[in-house]
Amino acid sequence: MILKLEPRGEISKNMLYLTPIFAVILTFISGGIFFAIMGAEPMNALYIFFIQPMTNSYGISELLIKAMPITLCAIGLSIGFKANIWNIGAEGQLVLGAITSGAVALAFYDVETPFLIPLMIVAGIIGGGLWAAIPAFLKIKFNANEILVSLMLTYVATLLLSLLVHGALRDPDGFNFPESRMFHDSALLPIIWDGTGLHIGALILIFIIITIWILLSRHIIGFQIRVVGMAPRAAGFAGFNQNKIIWFVLLVGGGMAGLAGMFEVAGPYGQLVPSIPQGYGFTAIIVAFLGRLHPIGILLAGLLMSLTYLGGEAAQIALNMPSAITGVFQGMLLFYLLAFDVLIKFRLRFNNPFSIFRGK
Amino acid sequence: MISQIPLLELQAISKKYPGCLANDNIDLKIMHGEIHALLGENGAGKSTLVKYIYGVIKADSGCLLWNGEKTNIISPNFARNLGIGMVFQHFSLFDAMNVVENIALGMENSSSLAELAPQIVNISKKYGLPLEPYHLVHDLSVGERQRIEIIRCLLQQPKLLIMDEPTSVLTPSEVKQLFITLNRLRDEGCSILYISHKLEEIKQICQNAAILRGGKLVGSCDPRQETAKSMAEMMIGKDLITPKKSKINKLSPEPNLLINDLTIMSDQQFGTDLHAINLGVHGGEIIGIAGVAGNGQMELMQVLSGEMLCPSPEIIMINNHPVGLLPPDQRRKLGAAFTPEERLGHGAVPSMSLHENTLLSAISAKNLLQNGFINMAKAGKYARNIIDKFNVRASNIDSNAESLSGGNLQKFIVGREIMQKPDVFIVSQPTWGVDAGAVAAIHQAIINLANNGAAILIISHELDELFTICDRIAVMAAGRLSSVMDVGNISVEEIGLLMGGVDNKIGHSI
Amino acid sequence: MDFIIPAILTIATAATPLIFAAIGELIVEKSGTLNLGVEGMMIMGAMAGFATAIATNSVILAMLAAMFAGAFMALVFGFLTLTLLANQVATGLAITIFGLGLSALIGHSYVGITFDGLSKGIPLLQEIPLIGQLLFGHDIMVYMSFGLVFLSYIFLTKTKAGLILRAVGTNHDAAHSLGYSVIKIRYMAVIFGGAMAGLGGAYLSIAYTPMWMEGMTSGRGWIALALVVFATWKPWRALVGAYIFGGITIIQLNIQGFGVNIPAQYLSMLPYLATILVLVIISRDKILVKMNAPACLGKAFHPNS
Repeated sequence: MILKLEPRGEISKNMLYLTPIFAVILTFISGGIFFAIMGAEPMNALYIFFIQPMTNSYGISELLIKAMPITLCAIGLSIGFKANIWNIGAEGQLVLGAITSGAVALAFYDVETPFLIPLMIVAGIIGGGLWAAIPAFLKIKFNANEILVSLMLTYVATLLLSLLVHGALRDPDGFNFPESRMFHDSALLPIIWDGTGLHIGALILIFIIITIWILLSRHIIGFQIRVVGMAPRAAGFAGFNQNKIIWFVLLVGGGMAGLAGMFEVAGPYGQLVPSIPQGYGFTAIIVAFLGRLHPIGILLAGLLMSLTYLGGEAAQIALNMPSAITGVFQGMLLFYLLAFDVLIKFRLRFNNPFSIFRGK
Repeated sequence: MISQIPLLELQAISKKYPGCLANDNIDLKIMHGEIHALLGENGAGKSTLVKYIYGVIKADSGCLLWNGEKTNIISPNFARNLGIGMVFQHFSLFDAMNVVENIALGMENSSSLAELAPQIVNISKKYGLPLEPYHLVHDLSVGERQRIEIIRCLLQQPKLLIMDEPTSVLTPSEVKQLFITLNRLRDEGCSILYISHKLEEIKQICQNAAILRGGKLVGSCDPRQETAKSMAEMMIGKDLITPKKSKINKLSPEPNLLINDLTIMSDQQFGTDLHAINLGVHGGEIIGIAGVAGNGQMELMQVLSGEMLCPSPEIIMINNHPVGLLPPDQRRKLGAAFTPEERLGHGAVPSMSLHENTLLSAISAKNLLQNGFINMAKAGKYARNIIDKFNVRASNIDSNAESLSGGNLQKFIVGREIMQKPDVFIVSQPTWGVDAGAVAAIHQAIINLANNGAAILIISHELDELFTICDRIAVMAAGRLSSVMDVGNISVEEIGLLMGGVDNKIGHSI
Repeated sequence: MDFIIPAILTIATAATPLIFAAIGELIVEKSGTLNLGVEGMMIMGAMAGFATAIATNSVILAMLAAMFAGAFMALVFGFLTLTLLANQVATGLAITIFGLGLSALIGHSYVGITFDGLSKGIPLLQEIPLIGQLLFGHDIMVYMSFGLVFLSYIFLTKTKAGLILRAVGTNHDAAHSLGYSVIKIRYMAVIFGGAMAGLGGAYLSIAYTPMWMEGMTSGRGWIALALVVFATWKPWRALVGAYIFGGITIIQLNIQGFGVNIPAQYLSMLPYLATILVLVIISRDKILVKMNAPACLGKAFHPNS
């Protein structure tokens, strides 16, 4: 506790991009220590967790497939975070997108048409968007905190999914299992890498990343979002409509999460099941920060975070460790990142013992 | 009886902040029972020096003698135990708490709140500082708030009372009352360190003055023997260039800005409602609105800029367009420009570059958008122009707004608006916390804009400023506006009476 | 009549964990700090409490361990937000994600083990007819929760320390210039809040459902956060709010017993929907929230010396 913060005056661009790397390295090191405590040989465990999943084409395709919904959710959230709107209910919005797009797929169960996929995409975006519209409406109209509302709605969404697969959307021939019918082929996203599950969503994702990047960096709406987030009174002075921005960021964030849900049901799952919520919506929060709220950074962070899921599964199989270890790694990563963030605005000085407890 | 050993002596105090030497080798002696002025411009290092004396910050070098003994004041608590009390410029008060709670917080081992209340009443009677112990702070006037701070100090029987710019927020009559209290304290043997940049006041009540400039002690004098001009020269270091209006402008036939019977409730928790405000500002004239802070100026500014909307459109007319329901950007399109009081976070986004900060207000006037996309090159060029024309000291257009000094940022913000050549320019506290050089530059720019036919409305707490550059002045008190008076026909005393909200009939009779 | 007293007893058990967590967070927020990691601190408390209870069979040690676990998580939060000035919202979320993961990891080997739970009722007194069960039929932590509410009320309104805490939350710059150590005071509040969240979590795993289950807090930490807003930062109102939520939870559990046939999922949604509803009701009165919310809530403090 002998550090002292000294303002740099301006933010350090170097630190802005270096700190995520520091955080990742430190997470590896602590992860090794952690594995050692758990009784595993650290280097071997780290290899199993972080490297082995990428040693074959199946692993790489899985990595990409998982990275897609995570990255999508994170890009949506990052837009909100820039505006200081803390939508943390991407998980629920993802589930809603899965439900609405899945319902469309089931409604046209025996129809074979190329329009089904676009229709499901629209349905997914609308489903997620509507779920995010609730916190937007309640915040604007009643000043209700969007953090708590969006989070509560996540629990509600998960229960709603459970309700539907137990009831209205249950497979009529499924022996009462809580799951829907398997989707018809035309309700599944086309595969773009033969022999793997990698689907066309990857291309859609790249398109979205580029669009959002341009929108945020060049278009006035991106500027307005940042001003609302950094200095709301300055936004008022400029005449930017803050309610419009709240609507925009939440609808886009919800829509992205909804699309992620559609990718899940029309991709790896191919049906509605209660286990669709995998925590991607929460992981996306970390991804958004780790990627510095920048679309490209988020893509890289999304891939890394996808790896922690695969690593968790690998650790479960090879090391007999609970897959919850994924959450531990993710949490640690975010801690380190937040801790290092101080370096962007401040220099550390180690000359003054106990100064933090003197409140000076 | 009066000891020859100084109560407080500073020897060679230095304090460095990143990028500036706030105090450079300063010596100072304060004797028992004197009112000692610490005079200097904004940024001269006065606040740093007194924060050191009060134990809020530490010096890099130098030492402090208290009654001749070397003392290390490690904290405000320690300072209070020694007998040093301080009244801060930005009061250290807690709005949502009552007077007794506020006072208890500033005292060492205070007795219970119930015992404290009668003590407060006693002291307040003794020194003529009326105060109700159980009122909430946010319901009190600025003058009353200052009394809380003073009583908080007096309850601890201070030997040295530090007052940081105590009159900057008071009406002239409140200032008089304060001086009676201070003289009385001095007669009882208490020393006072009086920080101000107001020369007349210092001549009135101080026996000694130390003058700081750029962190250095540049002189000391007996203010009673000096003229305001001679002290001003010491403080500023060169002869003051005062902006002058060269001519009386020809006014536009119709007012460019018209306020029709504006009555509106404040949307702020502790705000001031506005009542029946009427005002017309013609092209070519500068009208000033005087008043003590918190009398509705903030609300007026927000209503005029469009950050708060009127009940109906005709209440505010800009260039003959009813704009009462339009947001700020729409009003700018009709020829208006605004500069709010707060620079960081309101007039500019602190963590954005100057480059990006042009986009806050100049989008339409300077055509910085194409199909919704930002023309960054154009915005950068505009920022560069402002920096050159207004002599803004910034390393480049990518410097963050928060990295500029107050004066430089204010020049940038005022420049950003003036270079859009508005027909109506509304500015709040144009020179608050700005160094003298920048003050003169900003005043001159405003005058030039008026000479070119713009209607200008200045809201300011500084009477000197309004008398320097305005043609006419109105006074705001408790959300009402007096009628507008020619600067030549009214005295500071009359304005002072209006500021106290005594009676707005004076205004109406002119 | 027979079901009313057991129902009230169960309402108390559903409300008690919320009270601990909400009062802890209330004190934290009064100091001007917003710790969204309540869920993570609670689940760590639940884990530590359960593990200790199994290992030592001592309820007191279990409570201490839970408080320690919650306080430790809070210390991490404090170090990041108070010393390193990290964003409080993001750090709180990190605490929750990390806590859920770590507790699941450690708790892996405890799944399926059960514990006797806290003994209920005060001997003799609970035999008093009518009111005996109602007043004296609870476990020790229910009484502790009432004590906590009372003490926090006294602390905030009647003591100098409470006054200082509120001052720091209202205007940290003023408190600093008067010589109070804003950071130190906030550290203490944050650690206290963590300990109480841990205790609330422990109640779940050693009394409410005496067993360990991954993610067993199921959003109670978030509901506690909402309760603080509902209570407009007043301890007594947090108590009332927690009992209302306890009531809703019990309705949810018992409604099918009355022969009402609706899917369980609808009923499980009730607490979450109710949370949204109370948030809306309280927040719509902006003046009320502004008057009561600590003015510095969520703002970082860096002494510019």
